[in-house]
Amino acid sequence: MTLPARILPARILPALILTALLLPIGAGLWQTALAAMGHLPAIGARGPDLAPLRALAATPGIGRAVWLSLFTGAAATALSFALALASAMAITRRGHGGRLLAPLLAMPHAALAIGLAFVMAPSGWIARAIAPVVGWDRPPDIASIGDPFGLSLIAGLTVKEFPFLLLMMMGACAQIPLQRHLRAGRALGASEGRLWLALILPQIWPLMRLPVLVVLAYSMSVVDVALILGPSNPPTLAVLLTRDYADPDLSRLLAGSAGSLVQLALVGAAAGLLLLTQRVAASLGGAWVMRGAPAPGAGPVMAGLRWTATAATLAGFAAMAALAMWSVAWRWPFPDLLPQDPSFRIWARSLDGWTTPLWNTLLLAGGSTAIALIAAIAWLECETRTGRRAPWAEAAIFVPLLLPQIGFLYGVNTAALQAGLAPGLWLIVWGHVIFVFPYVMIALSDPWRAMDPQHLRVASALGAGPWRRLLAMRLPVMLRPILTAAAIGIAVSVAQYLPTLFLGAGRIPSLTTEAVTLAASSDRRVTGVVATMQAALPLLGFLIAFVIPAYLHRNRRGLRGA
Amino acid sequence: MQRRSFLAMALAVLATPALADWTETLQAARGQTVYWNAWGGDQRTNDFIRWVGQQTEERFGVSVVHVKLTDTAEAVTRVLSEKSAGRTDGGSVDLIWINGPNFAAMKDQDLLHGPFANDLPNARFLDLSEGAPAALDFTTPVEGMESAWRLSRFVFIHDSERVPEPPADMAGFVDWAAAHPGRMTHPDPSNFMGATFLKQALLELAPDRQALQAPVTDAAYAAQTAALWDWYDALRPNMWRGGDAFPENESVLQQLLADGEVDIAMSFDPAAAAAQVEQGLLPETARVFVPEGGTIGNVSFVAIPFNAANREGAEVVADFLLAPETQVHMQNIEVLGSFSVLDPERLDAEARARFEALPTAPALPDLQDLGPTLPEPDASWMTRLTEDWAERHGG
Amino acid sequence: MLELNDLAVTLPDGTHLFDPLSLRVPKGCVTTVMGPSGVGKSTLLDAIGGQLAPGFGMAGRIVLDGRDVTRERPEKRNIGIIFQKSALFPHLSVGQNLGFGMPRRHRDRRSRIEAALTDAGLAGMADRDPATLSGGQTARAALMRGLLAEPAAILLDEPFSALDATLRDEIRGFTFAHLRNAGIPALMVTHDDQDARAAGGPVVALNAKGRP
Repeated sequence: MTLPARILPARILPALILTALLLPIGAGLWQTALAAMGHLPAIGARGPDLAPLRALAATPGIGRAVWLSLFTGAAATALSFALALASAMAITRRGHGGRLLAPLLAMPHAALAIGLAFVMAPSGWIARAIAPVVGWDRPPDIASIGDPFGLSLIAGLTVKEFPFLLLMMMGACAQIPLQRHLRAGRALGASEGRLWLALILPQIWPLMRLPVLVVLAYSMSVVDVALILGPSNPPTLAVLLTRDYADPDLSRLLAGSAGSLVQLALVGAAAGLLLLTQRVAASLGGAWVMRGAPAPGAGPVMAGLRWTATAATLAGFAAMAALAMWSVAWRWPFPDLLPQDPSFRIWARSLDGWTTPLWNTLLLAGGSTAIALIAAIAWLECETRTGRRAPWAEAAIFVPLLLPQIGFLYGVNTAALQAGLAPGLWLIVWGHVIFVFPYVMIALSDPWRAMDPQHLRVASALGAGPWRRLLAMRLPVMLRPILTAAAIGIAVSVAQYLPTLFLGAGRIPSLTTEAVTLAASSDRRVTGVVATMQAALPLLGFLIAFVIPAYLHRNRRGLRGA
Repeated sequence: MQRRSFLAMALAVLATPALADWTETLQAARGQTVYWNAWGGDQRTNDFIRWVGQQTEERFGVSVVHVKLTDTAEAVTRVLSEKSAGRTDGGSVDLIWINGPNFAAMKDQDLLHGPFANDLPNARFLDLSEGAPAALDFTTPVEGMESAWRLSRFVFIHDSERVPEPPADMAGFVDWAAAHPGRMTHPDPSNFMGATFLKQALLELAPDRQALQAPVTDAAYAAQTAALWDWYDALRPNMWRGGDAFPENESVLQQLLADGEVDIAMSFDPAAAAAQVEQGLLPETARVFVPEGGTIGNVSFVAIPFNAANREGAEVVADFLLAPETQVHMQNIEVLGSFSVLDPERLDAEARARFEALPTAPALPDLQDLGPTLPEPDASWMTRLTEDWAERHGG
Repeated sequence: MLELNDLAVTLPDGTHLFDPLSLRVPKGCVTTVMGPSGVGKSTLLDAIGGQLAPGFGMAGRIVLDGRDVTRERPEKRNIGIIFQKSALFPHLSVGQNLGFGMPRRHRDRRSRIEAALTDAGLAGMADRDPATLSGGQTARAALMRGLLAEPAAILLDEPFSALDATLRDEIRGFTFAHLRNAGIPALMVTHDDQDARAAGGPVVALNAKGRP
């Protein structure tokens, strides 16, 4: 048999890719686990013992911090999902829309959070707009951001996450005969809300499960957004741990590591809870459908969610506008709605400061996206050639997105040093690929698998070998999804903070590390400059991903709108 | 002009045998790139560090890369990771802007190179006698393991138009806050500035200030902090957000001041108000004030990790920071406005004249306005204080 | 000559799809295979073309002009295939589509393509977007593309079922005339009697595997 020999590399390649992705994470987790058990010889701690766990348990506010992480993460995920569902309904009915959300998708979390903080703060845009009406001459002392229940954090996460879930949902809807089902259902006299809940949701849920888990894991363990919008006393667990890692008392590192494992367990528990909810909902839902799926009030609720989605989108755009405006402001005191004597002074002044970060960001985004894209294409082509999918391997790709970064990145650094890998550009690129690759796979695998296989069969019947089929058929036909995946990859890479910081020993400043450092300064204008660039770069990526296929395929109707 | 003084310095250097080593250091340093890990949240400090790099490059062939930190602990954990991984040379951190508990931790864990500071040629302009500010960091003896570069004084910032009469001392904050509820707060005590606010109050309210210079004991803690907590309990309900939430750090607090959400902010830089007025961040009427009886002062240092790859270059940069002309430049309000760490007694007439000729700004206080400098309590007090605060008010 | 000797296909679970099939298709002849839907007509063509989905098993031999191609890779077999739809590659112009399979040794590619287009009533359409062609034009272009690759045999999988009834006769005539002209063996699977009659060749029934 000549077949296996030919296919063997195609079997091994995915395993190699997975190893490159997961090995650093495993090594990092191991280091974290050692420290969590009190073993860190560099500061004279020789475990194993339970002292770090005890120190963590004795941290004031730890219980509420854990609860806050769980609550804000779960609430933000649930709300984002509900808004995505309501928006998907509206878009399906109108037949268009949703394109407006691309900028929100492209915008890095930290930048959006900084902008939103300005919109929502007691001295922010909304307060300034109503100040003349209610007669405030100074900002009111209300907790409109950083409230003790994390409501503003939930709002901020939702603005960023619901567009992502909506994108995933539209992709999932494309996989089922949506319009046919809806027409059939309408003919039976069911309301739109009932149709989606009873008919569409159960069908798309299996495709939505992973994205929802990713959002849940992220929302529960996010640091930068929680620092900007979340409660402070106590903060969420992730922020509390960040404080531990930053404590001058080095023994707090051990407690922080123990906390990282708690964070990990928390995300695991929440994911378990979600899957349990899914079970319960499935059986309850089955009984509900048997009763005729009565959904009184579904209409108004869906309408309310749609309005909320619109408000969230507007808030996101206001946040972007606020950042851009701060970058050209000189003074912008309360209660002025617009900045005083706008100019490009701050842009000009920080010119020196941002050329290197901009260049690094481009290199990192370009490098990691190119590698991730090649790996994703290799992975999917292996699947095409062997005709086999490996569900476990496919699930393993997403492990980096499901684990809290704080749980392993500190350890990855040590592991890399032990392996003799010098911190620097290539190590960061590797780190970025770990997070870029899963998103590129999310974006690319559905279109890849959806491509008409008959084209490939015809091509091989015409004498085209596997490489010609890939290069002359597959890739050109898939130009648009490939570029979209690349744009998403660039957006993910640009937004990476901790991997850039740790794997580069801080020596490779990127727009995001600069933005976060400057967000720590009191100069919102400089933050505005860097955050505007940080947001503009991925947006440019999306624009290019839109323009290039539109130009190249201007005479190829069969490839448009795919 | 610069060339001449460099030449003069070089001649002075060669005159003594101890400093003959310095020529070797200079030779080894040439061509090195020093990775200076320093907090990057202040634009003017960033600009100053860039200027330092340009100067050392031009004069000694040593270039400087500013690794911007959000917190000094970032660099400490980086060195620690390298030690964990067994990397005893070729480390990624060459120079750290450091002081206080971070220095104490690194010194304790043998993470520092040295002693080196006393052998720097420009160290002769410092008062390094026992107990002098440049020889003691939070009561931890420096012992040459770090080198001073700028002077920090704890100050409050206010808008003199909004708050014409700020509290006269820490005790006065209670009445002021009662009259202006919700208009003041302090950073979270897990942050250095937040802890300093508590320490400042402790220094004023403790029955025996001397007891704070010794490591904390249970008995001393109970005796010295009782008045502090009474004061704090009276103050807290009238603070911003009812004392239930606190800004993460001084920058967030300064942002709140700029936005008008509070009327008082704090800083370790007496020039902060003047600098932020000049940059358009605060209104023209912003000023600094200090409680009667003086405020906590400390010295910012630079230290070199044990495994620094560019040790010689780092020493050259540390030395350059102490050169009188560098310190004059640094104290210039148009540049950084940070007070010099040099001992005026040890400067020649020309250098002293240059300090005196520096421009002033309305928002920039004189040294006399700032009153006496109070020494930091022993580092153990700060740890105990912030833990206690977290237990009482955290969560 | 295309020969199938005791060709049998098994599903991934081991069951046989149809009774082992043996037949010979001489050059210039269009042989039709008919059978109820689900019996595995398309799978039979997959087996001959070397494009069986992974997991399927195959027994028997496929011999083309005396050459055993049973284990050959699809692109080396030199067996063309015509499907009912997705006929032209969407990213290439009509002319590029026609040139896709043409053997490399030809120097006069452009004129061969033009000649084939003229032959198919598509003169001057080489630079057109395939999506702008009508159904009949697409079917003719797809056939010309298959023939320009100079295959040693050609397979047709329900080639006319996607066409309007009015077009079907015309395209049938066009296709079979060209296949005969090319002088290569052709094997068609269909469920449409009229296809079989128009092909004018032998008709073979494909039977579901009888339970022993």
